[in-house]
Amino acid sequence: MPETERIPILKMGDLLLVTIQVDMHDRIAMRLQDDLTERIVSDHARGVLIDISSLEIVDSFIGRMLANIAAMSRVLDAQTVVVGMRPAVAITLVELGLSLPDVRTALNVEQGMQLLTEGGKTNGWPHDGRRSS
Amino acid sequence: MSTTPTSRLADVVNRHQDELLEEWVQAQQSSVSRRMDLITDVDLVRDSRELLGLLQRALADGDSSGIEGSPWEPVRDFLSGLSRTRAEAGFSPSETAMFVFSLKQPLLVRLSHELADDPQGFIQIVWEMSALLDRLGLLTTEEYQKGRESVIVRQQRDLIELSTPVVKLWDGVVAVPLIGTLDSERTQIVMESLLERIVETNSTMAIIDITGVPTVDTLVAQHLLKTVAAARLMGADCVISGIRPQIAQTIVHLGLTLSEVTTKATMADAIAHALATSGLRIAPAIED
Amino acid sequence: MADVRAEELDIGESDDVVRVRQAVRDAAVELGFSIVDQTKVVTAASELARNTYTYGGGGHFRMELLNSGSRHGLRLTFEDDGPGIPDIEQALRDGYTTGTGLGMGLGGARRLVNEFHIESNPGSGTRIVATRWR
Repeated sequence: MPETERIPILKMGDLLLVTIQVDMHDRIAMRLQDDLTERIVSDHARGVLIDISSLEIVDSFIGRMLANIAAMSRVLDAQTVVVGMRPAVAITLVELGLSLPDVRTALNVEQGMQLLTEGGKTNGWPHDGRRSS
Repeated sequence: MSTTPTSRLADVVNRHQDELLEEWVQAQQSSVSRRMDLITDVDLVRDSRELLGLLQRALADGDSSGIEGSPWEPVRDFLSGLSRTRAEAGFSPSETAMFVFSLKQPLLVRLSHELADDPQGFIQIVWEMSALLDRLGLLTTEEYQKGRESVIVRQQRDLIELSTPVVKLWDGVVAVPLIGTLDSERTQIVMESLLERIVETNSTMAIIDITGVPTVDTLVAQHLLKTVAAARLMGADCVISGIRPQIAQTIVHLGLTLSEVTTKATMADAIAHALATSGLRIAPAIED
Repeated sequence: MADVRAEELDIGESDDVVRVRQAVRDAAVELGFSIVDQTKVVTAASELARNTYTYGGGGHFRMELLNSGSRHGLRLTFEDDGPGIPDIEQALRDGYTTGTGLGMGLGGARRLVNEFHIESNPGSGTRIVATRWR
């Protein structure tokens, strides 16, 4: 197994940013899950932003990976936001029966960062009703 | 030299390609279906020369009894493209087919010279040649059909999209008023259209107004819920407004839970909600 | 004129799931599927290919491009000699309704295609044929 095959994780302040651009096979996905969990701890991250705007396919395996990452980060006191899901992908995931209720989402990296830095509670709209722009 | 009909045909076409081309072009130019308004002589000659050349090569490699095989692929591709181009230019499907059929006459003349002393062979080869050109002519008609079908499909989709516009209310909020009966196909198109607009406008809220929807059954409700779920996965929230009392009853009777979905009785309520959530309000303009 | 082209792949390791996805995607694009339909059929193929690998112990994938006049579609066949599915009804019902369930994703894959046919018996493997029309 080639050791160098992994998805890069960028650190931005106390946030970790992951951009998934490849059609991942299961191994890379599992490795990403492991890597992120480690980095949340080692980098004292309080937020994880996963950009999937390049993904044309998200099947149940990847869907569960995203849900797992969100759950594990929560346990480690960090928030995860998944951004940029394409309409066709969203439609398909819902049809599969995966609505990922415990995964926070945003339209793009900018809005995702807003969510993470403001510590908002809902998807895109913080509970106090103010949207900073 | 073998003497199958195909090889004899190939031989005739090969040896008399120039004369055939000249006679064929002349036949087309003097025919009643000559469309001088749609195609110049230059292009007519070019198309004819190309088809004749491709035909000659295909006959040399293949069998004239069938045009599905790979030796005939260049001919099929050329005729498909030609059919499309001519249809776009305004030719009727018959006119395009006649382009192919009009090659029969010059070929017939040529073959009758070549096989003057072999009437049996002549009949056989004429039959093969005619059947071959019939198939090729029909190919252009089929291609025309396919083209028309895809135009119709596209127009249907456009119609559905136009009849349910997704409107941007202000920065970050879009609304789609659903009107009329929602069948499965229509709902899917509207759903896709809404989600695309959400991405295009960077909207985080979508108001789906169903005031104009007469009945909401399980299927429609499911579609709505799926749309809401998909929008959420993308990062936008939906508000369903225009829920009439009868619809509310139907939903309850069907045992559906819209508990995770924000619902409002009227579009106005939904707009008020959107304003509040955006941290905006409508105030009187200050007059000087 | 009816036209059927076929492509076959062995599913022996987890990377083959990606190969199946790519083959299906290329075919869907070639047949002119809409983006949403492409996504649905490729995702279904991914689910079924992964099942073949994970539960079937590996197997075989066959894809046919169906092109007859106005009907265009993709027929996907997944076969394995694995343990088989004891209760197909149950497997089709079990799904990811809560997003946390395990289960074979069969029900989900079925919803993503137009025709779905499954034969499976304990001890004689599984065969699934899924078809998506354009």
